[in-house]
Amino acid sequence: MRKERGLPVRIIGYSLLALATVLYLGPFAVQFATSFKTDPDAANNPISLIPDPVTLNAWRRAFGMDTALDMPILRWMGNSFFVTISVTLGRLVIDAMAGYALARLRFVGRSAVNAMIIALLAVPGVVLLIPKFLVLQQLGMFNSYAGMILPLFCDAVGILLMKTAFEQIPPQLEEAARIDGAGIVRTFLSVVLPLVRPALVTVGILAFQGSWNEFTHFLVATSDPDLATLNLGIARLTSGAMGGPQQFPLKLALATLSVIPILIVYVIFQRHFVRSQMSAGVKE
Amino acid sequence: MSQTPPLSSAAVGGAGPERSSAPPRQSTGRPSGQSASGRPAWRRSGRSAARAGENRVGWLFAAPAVAVMVIFILVPVGMALWVSFLEWNGQSSPFTGNYTFVGFDNYTRLLTTEGLLQRDFMTSVRNTMYYVLLWVPLVTVLSFGLALVVNQRVLKGRSFFRTVFYFPSVTSSVAISITFLFLFQGSGVVNTILGWFGVDGPQWFTDSRGLIHLLFSALGMDSPPGFLKDNSLGGLSLWDWLSGPSVAMCTIIALTVWTTSGMFMLFFLAGLQNIPVEIEEAAEVDGATPWQRFRSVTLPLMRRSITLVVTLALIGSWQVFDQVYIMSQGSPAKTTLTPAYLSYTRSFGDGQFGVGAAVAFVLFAIIVVLTVIQRWFSRERDA
Repeated sequence: MRKERGLPVRIIGYSLLALATVLYLGPFAVQFATSFKTDPDAANNPISLIPDPVTLNAWRRAFGMDTALDMPILRWMGNSFFVTISVTLGRLVIDAMAGYALARLRFVGRSAVNAMIIALLAVPGVVLLIPKFLVLQQLGMFNSYAGMILPLFCDAVGILLMKTAFEQIPPQLEEAARIDGAGIVRTFLSVVLPLVRPALVTVGILAFQGSWNEFTHFLVATSDPDLATLNLGIARLTSGAMGGPQQFPLKLALATLSVIPILIVYVIFQRHFVRSQMSAGVKE
Repeated sequence: MSQTPPLSSAAVGGAGPERSSAPPRQSTGRPSGQSASGRPAWRRSGRSAARAGENRVGWLFAAPAVAVMVIFILVPVGMALWVSFLEWNGQSSPFTGNYTFVGFDNYTRLLTTEGLLQRDFMTSVRNTMYYVLLWVPLVTVLSFGLALVVNQRVLKGRSFFRTVFYFPSVTSSVAISITFLFLFQGSGVVNTILGWFGVDGPQWFTDSRGLIHLLFSALGMDSPPGFLKDNSLGGLSLWDWLSGPSVAMCTIIALTVWTTSGMFMLFFLAGLQNIPVEIEEAAEVDGATPWQRFRSVTLPLMRRSITLVVTLALIGSWQVFDQVYIMSQGSPAKTTLTPAYLSYTRSFGDGQFGVGAAVAFVLFAIIVVLTVIQRWFSRERDA
């Protein structure tokens, strides 16, 4: 009886999955295919996934091989990588330290710090646009790498993830290290930290993904085109100089460039992505 | 701002209060292990020395995180609150430079004083309300549906499909917005597909007609009845309030449904996997049809996940910004203007930072109220 009913369920199930796969991957396929099209081909056959003729024009221009186009796209990519890697490293250090302090070290004001972090989780990013601009302007950090990177070190989610990971380590391990004469910092570095590697990977991935995709913070932290990240550069271009329906192959080539690093990280670490998101759902 | 981080952070945040209210952790075990080796007289001083050391190291470890949060979030929010009481153009310092203190004027101009600003703000609230009405049910039903299919044990390759559906949620909103600009062009992909079914697709990005207005005119009501046109609320006529989401807004809704459903699908999957297999098997043995099983077993057990997703979706609805910046800049006829975008253009575009900050704080208040409601619901369920 089970088998009889299994077949129609399977047919319906796989058809739904196939349809959904087309819907969820289709836009990326269109994005990629169109980046190899000529402008007229993109306009006349938008849905075709086979460029006719295939041209590398858009990509050549994206990589600055067209001198007529005055866009420092390679510089934008460099900025994106520099900022993303700095933010990721910074968050790993700051989150691990703060998470450990909150999980295991008794210090005066710990519960206040904890409460502040939880309260800050509720502050939505779009509300912080003007505040961030104000503070960067006052500190003289507007239009600087420091102003782009340092505010992104605030990572309440990462701190709480690390805190949870540290709490799950049996305290006896640390006690043993302490009896052997290791200090708090030594114990942290050589005993505890290696045990929370999965959490560090999760925090690192979230930091990489978040800062690579970040847009609004850079929008209010810079006005200098030389400091634009890839996303900011593309966004300014599409909503300004290159607005309207022209040059879609170039715009979609740039969009593809913005997606590729995330795709690579996602393919390698997809289990971590999925698991961290699901556990966030369960904890709630 | 992409939608993913605030949503997931809100999800993790919900766990916070529960965790912090738990009894003190085992960390107290460490100092006692140390002091056990000493004689009573030393024990006390040894312990307090260890305590002092722990206090110092604790602060050392927490200091970087506390510093960046205070400098880049707490203090700036205070500064912005001050700015929201000023008329200030962003050129000088808001503390020593050229500004005029105007008290609550910026807030009253938004909420009660008739004028362009009030109209703009109320329009952005109307747009968001229709966004909520359309987007929240769509994204909830779609992501629940995806989770149900991906959770079917008879299907193979489920983790592959899960990965595929979640991918749009992790990619950049900027890249996706550009792609959707291409898809929804006048003679673009979407209209080509609609054409296959004999539907003549609209000019998506320039069509400011509201769906409800379109429905009225389809029913033969082309001009608004007098009482709707003559009465107004917050600077908008009742007829304008009743417009429905514009055709252009539908493209943004389609985009955010597409990017967010994968993430919500994972929340639902986590909930579905928490349902014990025995319960479903018991229902099956009792002869319940699949629909009955879904209605009377799955759905009630999923209430928690549904509340979570709906409230996160509600909160996220008020934060739409990136897509508007790239796809529409609030046009056509301000039907895609959102509060966040209004706050941005008023400050950085028009140099009215006081007004922009006031919009941000009203928006903040709305989101805080929604968050409090969400927390209250979670509390209720746990009790």
